Amino acid sequence: MINISDLVKRFGAFTAVDGLSFSVEKGEVLGFLGPNGAGKSTTMRMITGFLAPTSGQVSVCGYDVAQQGLEAQRCLGYLPEGAPAYGEMTPRGYLKFIGEVRGLTGAEGVKALDRAVERAHLGSVLDQPIDTLSKGFKRRVGLAQAILHNPPVLIMDEPTDGLDPNQKHAVRSLIKEMSADKAIIISTHILEEVDAICSRALIIDRGRQVADGTPSELAARSSYHNAVTIGFAGEEGPRALPELQALNGITRLDERQEGGQALYTLFVADKERLLIEEVSALAQSRGWNVRALYAEEGRLDEVFRMLTTSDVSERHDISEEAVV
Amino acid sequence: MRELKAVFRREMSGYFATPLAYVFIVVFLFATGAFTFYVGNLFEAGRADLSPFFGYHPWLYLFFIPAIAMRLWAEEQKTGTIEVLMTLPIPISSLVLGKFLAAWAFTSLALVLTFPVWISVNYLGSPDNGVILASYIGSFFMAGAYLAIGTCLSAATNNQVIAFVVSVTVCFLFTVSGLPLVLGFMQGFLPQVLVQAIAGLSFLTHFEAIRGGVIDLRDVVFFLSLIGVALVVNGVLIDAKREG
Repeated sequence: MINISDLVKRFGAFTAVDGLSFSVEKGEVLGFLGPNGAGKSTTMRMITGFLAPTSGQVSVCGYDVAQQGLEAQRCLGYLPEGAPAYGEMTPRGYLKFIGEVRGLTGAEGVKALDRAVERAHLGSVLDQPIDTLSKGFKRRVGLAQAILHNPPVLIMDEPTDGLDPNQKHAVRSLIKEMSADKAIIISTHILEEVDAICSRALIIDRGRQVADGTPSELAARSSYHNAVTIGFAGEEGPRALPELQALNGITRLDERQEGGQALYTLFVADKERLLIEEVSALAQSRGWNVRALYAEEGRLDEVFRMLTTSDVSERHDISEEAVV
Repeated sequence: MRELKAVFRREMSGYFATPLAYVFIVVFLFATGAFTFYVGNLFEAGRADLSPFFGYHPWLYLFFIPAIAMRLWAEEQKTGTIEVLMTLPIPISSLVLGKFLAAWAFTSLALVLTFPVWISVNYLGSPDNGVILASYIGSFFMAGAYLAIGTCLSAATNNQVIAFVVSVTVCFLFTVSGLPLVLGFMQGFLPQVLVQAIAGLSFLTHFEAIRGGVIDLRDVVFFLSLIGVALVVNGVLIDAKREG
């Protein structure tokens, strides 16, 4: 549905997007990840035809955006960053305008408007000027605008930015609900969101792709992948530590406090090894009073920091944080 | 066409959704009235015509129309709605034309609402209503030309104040370029052909011609082609935004 090849965008001497290639098929929700300034918005703007690429091709629903821009734009819905909308209009007037532009008139238009309003939960503010609405409602007006014509391709730039947890949950459910018959790209820097709704994540940094895979594939690249965390109910911790460390092939042992109790994480180099069974057997044989015992799947945020360096000032050293 | 209509209607409703339209119309009517009766001395002139009324139109438009035009594109760029607008399936020509026609319709409404002045002179005497009609038509086209320049310049910036100041300046040049004072100054160092050409660009000259009561096609074509050129440049400026 969306095909991008060798996409480059330069602003003067600055290269915002540097040779991106990827495609998104129907049924996929692609999470577009990257630090601020990595080129996420610029890429989305080129897909939607707001910006022209310096070089490379974008096609949406089989239409080349550079040659058949209007056809491509007809089959996509776009929520720009910050969800801009005409402040003096009401959501109803605004959505009617979008509907008119998209040729949704008469009964069809009414139906489309009702469906979008219901999906975005806008019913209660339909006749208030958009300027007077809260940030959450404004975002949902933008969302309703994007999905009004039930497009096969949906591009959303930070759809949950600035929403409260309930609203975030509602928007995520909506995206999940729509994902079956659409190709969706969302950009975000909230990593839990990727886990929650994306079938695939693409991490970019300084305009270049640095990783592409399912969220669990990416998480598996984390040093936490296959690590085992154990917590004790009693005071066994200090006694158990040397024994845990003595297990074959342990590369590192981290300790952290959670809820007033210590949790220990054991790392192994071998990602296939069933370390958790070994630890469990050891705990049983020693009769330790274990409160928590689980294998880590891996941490996206760690992978994210490992792979991206654009925004160095906001980068933390992984080892420093893990040891605490 | 459908998109043009949608853009036109949205723009039009935008004027009346805020106090902007009402404030503009009231102030415009007040200003035309004040200039006609106090500065232009309509009553003291003792003639039943509207020449003091129309005489001030270029000067009033010089400030009022850039005030209407300045927000057309600058505001869209400032608030980011241009990103919504330009990613909707609307041809650039429909966007430019829809916005311009809505603004022109709005200024025409303000112009039509000056009709009490016309009723007054008809009550007081028997003016040549043909001349008055011609003047209204001339004023309508001239307003369109000011507006097209202002709209075009609004596309060049996201700052409304800059759009206003630059528009007033450019419109001023187009207004005065036919005045003897300006032409006399230029005759000192420019060849006669060029001076003639500059004089030909003057809004005042063309408006005066129509105000005489004869709608010469050349004057109408002048205003329309100026509108056309400004709108094409406007479209080019908007399209160039895709380059970033």
